[in-house]
Amino acid sequence: MKIKEIYETMAYGPATESAAVAIDFLDTHNRTFQLFIDGEWKEPASRNYFETINPSTKENLAKIAVANAQDVDEAVVAANKALPKWKAIGGYQRAKYLYALARQIQKHARLFAVLESLDNGKPIRETRDIDIPLVARHFYHHAGWAQLKDTQLKDYEEIGVVGQIIPWNFPLLMLSWKIAPALAMGNTIVLKPAEFTSLTALLFAEICQQVGLPKGVVNIITGDGTTGAALVNHPTVYKIAFTGSTEVGKIIRKATAGSGKKLSLELGGKSPFIVFEDADLDSVVEGVVDAIWFNQGQVCCAGSRLLVQESIADKLYEKIKVRMEQLRVGNALDKNIDIGAIIAPVQLKVIEDLVQQGIAEGSTLWQPSWACPKEGYFYPPSLFTNVAPSATIAQVEIFGPVLVAMSFRTPKEAVKLANNTRYGLACSLWTENINLALDIAPQIKAGTLWINCTNVFDAAAGFGGYRESGFGREGGKEGLFEYVKPRIEAEFSDKPFIKPAKKSKATKNELPPQGIDRTTKMYIGGKQSRPDGGYSTIIKSINGAYIGEVSKGNRKDIRNAVEAAHASNSWTSRTGHSRAQVLYYIAENLDIRKEEFANRLVQMTNQPKATALAEVDIALERIFLYAALADKYDGQVHHTTHKNVTLAMPEAIGVLGIICPEESPLLGFISTVIPAITMGNRVVVIPSETAPFSATDFYQILATSDVPAGTINIVTGAKEELTTVLAKHNDVDGLWYFGSKTGSKAVESLAADNMKRTWVNNGKYRNWKEKAHSEGEDFLRKASQIKNIWIPYGV
Amino acid sequence: MANTKTGAKNSKIKNHSPTLFQRNDGIPFDSSLFENININKSAVERRAGTLTKRRSVKKEWQAAWLLKAITCIDLTTLAGDDTKSNVHRLCAKAKSPVRADLLEAMEMKEANIQVGAVCVYHNLITEAKAALTGSAIPIAAVSTGFPAGQIDLADKLRQIEKSVAAGAKEIDIVISRGLVIQSKWKELYDEVAACRKACGEAHLKTILATGEIPTYTKVAKASWVSMMAGSDFIKTSTGKESVNATIPVSLVMIRAIRAYHELTGFKVGFKPAGGIRKAKQALAWLILIKEELGNDWLTPHLFRFGASSLLGDIERQLEHFVTGNYSAAYRHPMA
Repeated sequence: MKIKEIYETMAYGPATESAAVAIDFLDTHNRTFQLFIDGEWKEPASRNYFETINPSTKENLAKIAVANAQDVDEAVVAANKALPKWKAIGGYQRAKYLYALARQIQKHARLFAVLESLDNGKPIRETRDIDIPLVARHFYHHAGWAQLKDTQLKDYEEIGVVGQIIPWNFPLLMLSWKIAPALAMGNTIVLKPAEFTSLTALLFAEICQQVGLPKGVVNIITGDGTTGAALVNHPTVYKIAFTGSTEVGKIIRKATAGSGKKLSLELGGKSPFIVFEDADLDSVVEGVVDAIWFNQGQVCCAGSRLLVQESIADKLYEKIKVRMEQLRVGNALDKNIDIGAIIAPVQLKVIEDLVQQGIAEGSTLWQPSWACPKEGYFYPPSLFTNVAPSATIAQVEIFGPVLVAMSFRTPKEAVKLANNTRYGLACSLWTENINLALDIAPQIKAGTLWINCTNVFDAAAGFGGYRESGFGREGGKEGLFEYVKPRIEAEFSDKPFIKPAKKSKATKNELPPQGIDRTTKMYIGGKQSRPDGGYSTIIKSINGAYIGEVSKGNRKDIRNAVEAAHASNSWTSRTGHSRAQVLYYIAENLDIRKEEFANRLVQMTNQPKATALAEVDIALERIFLYAALADKYDGQVHHTTHKNVTLAMPEAIGVLGIICPEESPLLGFISTVIPAITMGNRVVVIPSETAPFSATDFYQILATSDVPAGTINIVTGAKEELTTVLAKHNDVDGLWYFGSKTGSKAVESLAADNMKRTWVNNGKYRNWKEKAHSEGEDFLRKASQIKNIWIPYGV
Repeated sequence: MANTKTGAKNSKIKNHSPTLFQRNDGIPFDSSLFENININKSAVERRAGTLTKRRSVKKEWQAAWLLKAITCIDLTTLAGDDTKSNVHRLCAKAKSPVRADLLEAMEMKEANIQVGAVCVYHNLITEAKAALTGSAIPIAAVSTGFPAGQIDLADKLRQIEKSVAAGAKEIDIVISRGLVIQSKWKELYDEVAACRKACGEAHLKTILATGEIPTYTKVAKASWVSMMAGSDFIKTSTGKESVNATIPVSLVMIRAIRAYHELTGFKVGFKPAGGIRKAKQALAWLILIKEELGNDWLTPHLFRFGASSLLGDIERQLEHFVTGNYSAAYRHPMA
């Protein structure tokens, strides 16, 4: 083009990043990639390959092997074989490998960036300036954790072979989020990249060879959904980490239910982007660009729901439109674009269909005046206004460059709209008022809160969801716990340490003992309540002697208990000190009635009085322990690489169902319920079915210890039946189950529908009298989830 | 291939100006227009940090853009030892900033590439005027007690009047930073408005000296007040503060210019100054202007660089473009 012409128009020209080195890499492999198993390239048993394309041009890039069940098995066997040595070399040696991986990624940073842009269609600016630097950072950060594990996580050990399945939107970054912590904690890995984007994972395999990573420690198997399923179902994979759609996440949750496999899921989102009227609107506009037009909007935590205070809504929409007009869509390797290509025609179709549905349902679509290039899979940035919360586009994850906007009137309404979703991955919140920001942040149901920023990540901060956005964290110390298990679990047994009371078979009424007849009720919303069904169950001692009746709770009692628990949100917002006061008070009142509780234990379990008294003493000490921890088990300020304060706050899970163990009627109740409420949860408790009286006696203590109504709700009755109701209840956020193996499986499976956080014992017993088994911070960790709040600063 | 833009169909950026280069008449002081401004520094820095990563001009595009940059330079000398001879050299360079053979190679000989203005102290105006005879290059004079501005208003106005009388077509004033620090916005408005009046036909370029303004929010407010009082340009720095023009502070000022234009229809120019020495920096500023204000502002009427050594680096880059070989400073006539 003539310089004079450019001088007059001041237009941008093409500024294309060369793909030469990346193409060389593909050619070196003859454009055909095998499976990386046990440190070698191996042809797939299936003999099948699929094509991977460049979505910017629709050109084929290479053929990728499809691993079948036999290949998966081979990879898992290799990982199992590599495990003992990898474990034995210790933290420092593992740290050196992780450090070498970080270095090697940096040395080949541009090759990784170009290859990623070719394969995925995301702008080279993003792979070069965001993805790849974050990948290197993740390995550096976890090189440190590899070394620190031996001292800072000494009560934990590696899980073993982990299976990891990653998505196509951030291929190498998600690989690093999976591999770095798993290796650091001493696990070996079988990783499956997404079908659309295998190339950078295969280049990473070469890097593993270059640094001399022991064979079998990292295995990379490419393929499709069937490959992933074979990995998920493999018997000697002990943990699955998955990032992808909520739909597939639920399938994996059900598939692994009852298997004992540890699971972390990072799933979809419909994250709110909240703008208050005092925000710096020009900066907000750039925030919107980073929120929804980053990576073509194909971001699980994309700020896809714009919530704007009514007073500034129209003004902001206009500013966004002006900015959208300036955005450029094009080939991923062009350095002058903001938005690259959509991953594949199938995704483009999803976006197009949802946009059409948005129009059909009455929302107003705005797109820039320019047209997208034709040669690739492109979609223009899009803004919907006049969107009602009921609109499909306001509810479902579009996973494309489409923003839906609606207004709110008050901060309270902003919170309501923000939380009006099944998801809970992230939230971006814009205001110049720190009081407002820090008031709203804890109220949002999301794992990451960005104040006056968006889509910022760092290896030192955990990332992960609430609700149907999944569970588990990646990054930060909180993320390490996904790849370790408490060493003490090795001591857990297939048989109870203490014999549970026998299930009563008696139906005929026997003579009650001397004294005034007692009616044991349930405890719901701070009130003793009779069962909805009007039935009672006779409870006998371990020797078969009649003790009394308990209420036979049914699904409606569970419903009432869950509603009462939700109504009691004051407990959650209390300070740790305030909760500690209540816990101490509970202990004080239990101490007064020690004799009575011991007698009850003697009556139900037929143990000697002295051991029963000792058990009540343990209960008292345990309550004291959690009272002590209530204001000390707190968060962290993470050292992230941005100029900001990153607060990692443990928050209550919400309403937690607790199914107590059959054995240890008092300690089983105390050891589960007390840590749960210590973290601010409200609980619905199903006590031991065969020995429920320690729990039902306890409500008199609760009623006299300043425990707010609804904080602890006790429903007695048939354990498995009530468990099923709780597990299927959509307004229960978490479920702890201490019972049989089949019961554990049912709980994990049923909980998948609303992605409850579950904690089950898989039929394994712990000794509830033993401190190391049954108390401590691990219980508090299970009772909470970490929210990371990013607060940038500067004047 | 990237999309080509066909203009903002629904854009709110209006062009109210009846003539292309209508001056900013200013508007009555109204604090409600700026008192609620809140600039979020970290977000501004994030945008500033990624802006030049999102755009890149290479090859012919780079050459054309750099030629445009030259036309936007206020070729400046503001030293205590300025005399007739170096000012004459500067003016000669202003008139023919690029070697003729390079212009020819780029087919730009007819484009009349000259710098935007020559910028000197009052005492050198007469020399500059003599040296620029026959050219249309305006003379800009720094004024009002430049660089610190610590003299009284009457003296400031006298300085302006004298410089205008001596032949300056543009007056670069410094504001009283103390008024900004103390949030005396009405006083600042009155001061700048008085300067504007004293300028008469000469264009008023108002230097905020942002290196001495404590917050971005105050930079934005000072920009608003200066524009309301009738500044034709707002300018970042004198070049004498410890912190000169930066991209983030420019972004803050540019956004104020955009908002003022949306409100009034007046287009106010922008001039970053101090520390801009490299062609690459010049491109960054042009990208910033194009992205945030649009092509209308990519003209010497609305955009200037305050610079003295920038031109030399641009010349070297242009020779590199033409020949493919890296250049040396001595191959280009000095200023």
